[in-house]
Amino acid sequence: MSEIALNVNGRSHRLDVDPATPLLYVLSDDLGLNGPKLGCGLGQCGACTVIVRGRAVRSCVTPIGTVAGAEITTLEGLGTAEKPHPLQQAFIDEQAAQCGFCLNGVILTAKAFLDQKPKATEAELQQGLASVLCRCFTHVRMLRAIKKYQEKRV
Amino acid sequence: MTTRMPTAVDRRAFLQMSGALVVSFSAASILDAADVVQGPFDTRRSHVDPTQLDSWLAVGADGGVTAYTGKCEFGQGMYTAQIQLVAEELSVPVSRVKLIQCDTSICPDQGTTSGSQSTPTNFNERNLAQAAATAREALLRLASQRLGVPVDRLSASDGVVGVKGDAGKRVSYGELVGGKRFDVTVNAHAPRTAVADWKVMGTPVPRVDMTEMATGTFEFVHNVRVPGMLHGRVVRPASVGAAVASVDEASVRGMPGLVKVVVRKNFVGVVCEKQWQAIQAAAKLKVVWTAGPGLPAQHDFYDHLRKQPARDAAVVDSKDVDQKMTAASSVLKATYQHPYQMHGSMGTSCAVADVQGNKATVWSPTQSAYPTRSGVAAVLGIPPDNVRVIYVRGSGCYGINGADTVSYDAALLSHAVGKPVRIQLSRQDEMAWENYGFAYVIDQRAAVDRSGTIAAWDYESWSPSLGGRPGYDQPGNVVTGMLVGFEPAAPAPRAAGAPRGPLRNGSNAVPSYLAGCIDGSCNGAGTIKSERVVTHTIASPFFTGPLRSPARLQNTFAHECFLDEIAAHVKADPVEYRVRHLSDPRLREVVQAAAKAAKWQPRPSPQRTGSGRGIACVAYEGDNGYVAMVADVDVDQSSGRIRVRKLVVAQDCGPITNPDGMKNQIEGGALQGLSRALGEEVTWDERKVTSIDWRTYHSLPLGFDVPEVESVLINRNGVEASGAGETAITIVAAAVGNAVFDATGARIREVPFTPERIVAALRARS
Repeated sequence: MSEIALNVNGRSHRLDVDPATPLLYVLSDDLGLNGPKLGCGLGQCGACTVIVRGRAVRSCVTPIGTVAGAEITTLEGLGTAEKPHPLQQAFIDEQAAQCGFCLNGVILTAKAFLDQKPKATEAELQQGLASVLCRCFTHVRMLRAIKKYQEKRV
Repeated sequence: MTTRMPTAVDRRAFLQMSGALVVSFSAASILDAADVVQGPFDTRRSHVDPTQLDSWLAVGADGGVTAYTGKCEFGQGMYTAQIQLVAEELSVPVSRVKLIQCDTSICPDQGTTSGSQSTPTNFNERNLAQAAATAREALLRLASQRLGVPVDRLSASDGVVGVKGDAGKRVSYGELVGGKRFDVTVNAHAPRTAVADWKVMGTPVPRVDMTEMATGTFEFVHNVRVPGMLHGRVVRPASVGAAVASVDEASVRGMPGLVKVVVRKNFVGVVCEKQWQAIQAAAKLKVVWTAGPGLPAQHDFYDHLRKQPARDAAVVDSKDVDQKMTAASSVLKATYQHPYQMHGSMGTSCAVADVQGNKATVWSPTQSAYPTRSGVAAVLGIPPDNVRVIYVRGSGCYGINGADTVSYDAALLSHAVGKPVRIQLSRQDEMAWENYGFAYVIDQRAAVDRSGTIAAWDYESWSPSLGGRPGYDQPGNVVTGMLVGFEPAAPAPRAAGAPRGPLRNGSNAVPSYLAGCIDGSCNGAGTIKSERVVTHTIASPFFTGPLRSPARLQNTFAHECFLDEIAAHVKADPVEYRVRHLSDPRLREVVQAAAKAAKWQPRPSPQRTGSGRGIACVAYEGDNGYVAMVADVDVDQSSGRIRVRKLVVAQDCGPITNPDGMKNQIEGGALQGLSRALGEEVTWDERKVTSIDWRTYHSLPLGFDVPEVESVLINRNGVEASGAGETAITIVAAAVGNAVFDATGARIREVPFTPERIVAALRARS
């Protein structure tokens, strides 16, 4: 165990934890966050995604020791129910969810991708979402929400 | 830190706040009435008496309405739809209705939320709908007494009863009954709001949980945190049918956070203080397993099925099929194969249990709160009345995923340590041991007469089955129950008896084109009177259970492709040929509506241009929703890759509660069906399942070439509302397979349509 400083959604935390622990378990079990979710534990589905230093990162396979001190944003840190981020608002407007378990990975992956490539083409966006899953297959609405957000933003 | 108290506390506080803790508890005296009020699914009497209005609805002092339901939200929109129903019948705004779902301490037992039965069960003339209508009737009666005005001069809106033509006279629901019991029996004849008068029903009310989901604050069962909670992990057998030979507890001794190694017969697990510790301890725990009996080879599994002892059933048999085949101008035959597929939930299954002595509380994502109460009681050896199951939403399940088994896991682990335990399965444990959707091999045979009309249809199928939903009595139907010693249900071989009426087509074994005659009574959707449908059910090496459109999808794939083969053989247009053999007006109408929306040009298939379109349709379960789909595809004939450009879906499920919710279900069903058609297949080796993650089980990701999905909703009033969650998915494989044939002339008869199979089918073209 060692003390690790975490900066999550603008708040600082000091935690006494094994630095090999994947970030996900600290976010969900120690910090009690609902956004990042355990989908596969293998970095294959996206449900655990958080944004670290501006990039989408799979927290289920990211040892906490590697992100000490970095600014980490989870889905609840992006916007709030009262003031959702424009991308979250686009998902609400399009009613782009069924069970909602994948939304964390879909929204944060799209957010980080479009921050890097605001003018991404359809093919590039497809590439960016190539390893994000939604098993309810709400794809049509989710892609519509992402494109509407992209158009407004550019 | 968002640690919360158990849900029970929140709800009690909420009920006290609204002054309406008025749940009805009754003695066991009205069994017959309960059976009448309940839906068609198996339910049992509980302490919450479904014949009493107070079991379903309460009005608080503030006028807020609390409704209790046994049909839960999994992502299909049922939470919002039921709120719409209550708001409509009681004339209150959606925002004034709270819905409490599937908590065995306070909700009526409505069995399992499944099988496209929530809408039929709760939106037609019984259960929640009739309770809401009864409440409205009771409120008007009370207002009549209070105001001294006859009921026919009263009207209700926004939770207030007013007098027509006298704006001064009014009384609110809160003033009438707030915080008190209604003490009336649900009236089966209480008048329902006419569809023509709907203000909330029939409109696209947004999902009430949408904002919380999008902003990451929604609480899934995965987020339930109980004070003092520990974390568990299970160690499943190394191969199918393996038993524990030995467990070496010393192999994990001294690991950080380890609380206990738990072994009960073949159930093995660990409990630790933290989740990551539990994951590591489970990985390190040395368990020696017996080898297990071994598995039948996958490469000839469909042939293997045909040779096994089976439970046979004849659904229809006109006794003249063989004779018609002999007399026919031509006979067509084809065999279709469908693999085991999995629910493969996005999040692995999770539950939290708190077992103290002989009492247990389980926070569970199960579709079956009351049956799970019985199952947990059985594996713990305590009475069902001592168990409370509180439904908390999990990841979308599409049928029986790991929700029930993980609820047993949590209960066993908590029981062993006497403290609350949360467990979330590993991806491998979820995928290797879930109750898979049925594999099928289906032989089709048809006789065609000189005019090109189908004269006889012969269907025979072989499908493996083991376990399934545990219901109230069979915890061995899921893996954890079996590991602690309960037997799973397996089909006992027996010969088929003669078909008995009325026609039951719940599995869509009977093609839509058959007349479905038994003892002179014909209840099929089609015109073909020379008909035989025989099924063989075989003991499965793997657990099986309902997966969205169970058996219906597999059967419909075979029916709708075969109909297409016959149409091509007689050079008929696939749309016209379907309509010609259908007698059901609703099914004919969706076929024509889909064709019209897709601008279908009548012609026989195949066109062989590399691009093609196909159509398929079904009367889901014979009469629970009508749907047709036109698929447009391009086929790359060198790689065998299929690109689906567009899916047009026309659907009639009776009066529509929420058109946007229905579209969402159609779109999701269409694309989930596409993923199942193109890539999904459970695989195994000599001893174990090998499709255990998203590299080995192929789900279409968000970033694929997503086709446009166009929905045509037929809003039909004057009929019962039917389910809309399993309609579209049922016909995707057939519509796409037919489109591939149209594009290439190659018929693909095995799901999934992998590029290798397409290339092989292209080579085999005549």
